Amino acid sequence: MDAARSPKLDVRAVALEHYNERTQQALLVLDRIDLQVAEGELVSIVGPSGCGKTTFLNAVDGLVRVTGGEIRVDGRVVDRPGPDRAFVFQHDSLFPWRTVMQNVSYGLELQGRTARSEMRERVRAMVELVGLRGFEDHYPHELSGGMRQRVNIARALVVNPELLLLDEPFAALDAQTREFMQFELMKILARAKSTALFITHQISEAIFLSNRIVVFSARPARIKDIVAVDLPAARTLDMKHQPEFVALEQRIWRLIEEEAVRTGMVTAA
Amino acid sequence: MDAASPKIETEKRPTRAPPRRSYWRRNENWMLGTLSMLAFLAIWETAVRAGAVNPLFSSSPSRIVAAAIEMFADGSIYEHLWVSAEEFFSGFALAIVIGVPLGLLMGWYSRVNAILEPFVSALYATPRIALLPLVMIWFGIGLASKVAIVFLGAVFPILVNTITGVRTIDADFIKVARSYGATDRQMFLTVVLPSSVPMLLTGLRLGLGHALVGIVVGEMYGATRGLGYLIWVAGARFQTDRVMVGIILIAGLGVALTELLRAIERRFERWRPTRRD
Repeated sequence: MDAARSPKLDVRAVALEHYNERTQQALLVLDRIDLQVAEGELVSIVGPSGCGKTTFLNAVDGLVRVTGGEIRVDGRVVDRPGPDRAFVFQHDSLFPWRTVMQNVSYGLELQGRTARSEMRERVRAMVELVGLRGFEDHYPHELSGGMRQRVNIARALVVNPELLLLDEPFAALDAQTREFMQFELMKILARAKSTALFITHQISEAIFLSNRIVVFSARPARIKDIVAVDLPAARTLDMKHQPEFVALEQRIWRLIEEEAVRTGMVTAA
Repeated sequence: MDAASPKIETEKRPTRAPPRRSYWRRNENWMLGTLSMLAFLAIWETAVRAGAVNPLFSSSPSRIVAAAIEMFADGSIYEHLWVSAEEFFSGFALAIVIGVPLGLLMGWYSRVNAILEPFVSALYATPRIALLPLVMIWFGIGLASKVAIVFLGAVFPILVNTITGVRTIDADFIKVARSYGATDRQMFLTVVLPSSVPMLLTGLRLGLGHALVGIVVGEMYGATRGLGYLIWVAGARFQTDRVMVGIILIAGLGVALTELLRAIERRFERWRPTRRD
């Protein structure tokens, strides 16, 4: 899929250099990243461990500053976190002293632009959308890992972000729950008509959820390849066993393996 | 609905009541505690009556009770209680009002910490009793010096624990707040304050103990009333029964206030999964 004329997310020649005060060395983490994401698209980022995927996502959120190039969301340059982007963290990082409702409403509370009654309504609708009806007044410790991630996603979606950033949201879940959550996320994002950038280590997860997959090189991260996923939009979990899916999986795996071999992370077979 | 739907998890299963434990098993802890206390009092009383111990040194439970009844009956105890309570609550309140905000600031802003840290460390390490002469010179022998001593005892545990509470905030929570565009004030109210509540309450509990020490120390010199004064004077006259009455009253105050703080802690920590008692 080609990026539209005015992409939702426009990343141009982004570089990020991290200076370590202790070792007094500069470390190039991101190296001239170019990426355009169209409205409604879901793009996954995969790459060898420690290549800078999370740093890239943090930069798009505005949590860290880029040292070169620029990131634009809807044409506006990103220099700090803003209400147009929402982040789903790897660890669910829900506030343990807040109930499900209170956790989900967090972003809206901070923005302070929504009337209390409207806020309650939107939060309630979002809690229902992620399938947690009946758990509104539960505390996070009373929920399972999968349910906590649903709250985490709801907290991000309820602010109606232009761009949703997900940093390995299912990494801490067991294999079964993870499969179900992938399916759930796909439905939720389709219903919310979100544009999303998704980091994962699991290639099949990336293929299952995305329109396109960006493969990062080992550090410093450059875009090694962008793979379009030519599968029907309405996906089911058993697609994962179809030949097209498996072929795509192998293709992406080879790209990552090349990187791992190149940097000596693994030895060539 | 798919299998991940939470409905399954809420479904009510028939629950079988666990087998009831015997009355003794359920109440074992407090019953054992009470029994050991009663046994101790009985042995004490018997030893004194049998002439094995000199009551001048040890008094005895019956003598202590008699002294307490006398002091409450003639009303002489109330002014001591009142004076000590006044010192305690003024000093402790002052310690909270100053210790908590200062601790929050020192925990959050590294510059504030850098400026104040040397003073806090030095004073925290100094035995507060060493400051007594200075406090008397500055505040005289009236109420103010006693309040100051109670304050000095209580403020450091509160301060230090509040600082630790702020320092040990989960970095992920701060990241979440920043990601949602929290202002400094919002960061403070929605993350810093609630995260540090458990440590802050621990500080209050520790500070409470130190404040009680402050009552006795503060009334050591130049006092004319108060529970500490009562203990010192009765002690000098070898009225061990009256000393014991004073000690028991202070201990009782300590236990009651600690329990009150525990209740507050439980109220705040409803969301904690591994909370017992």
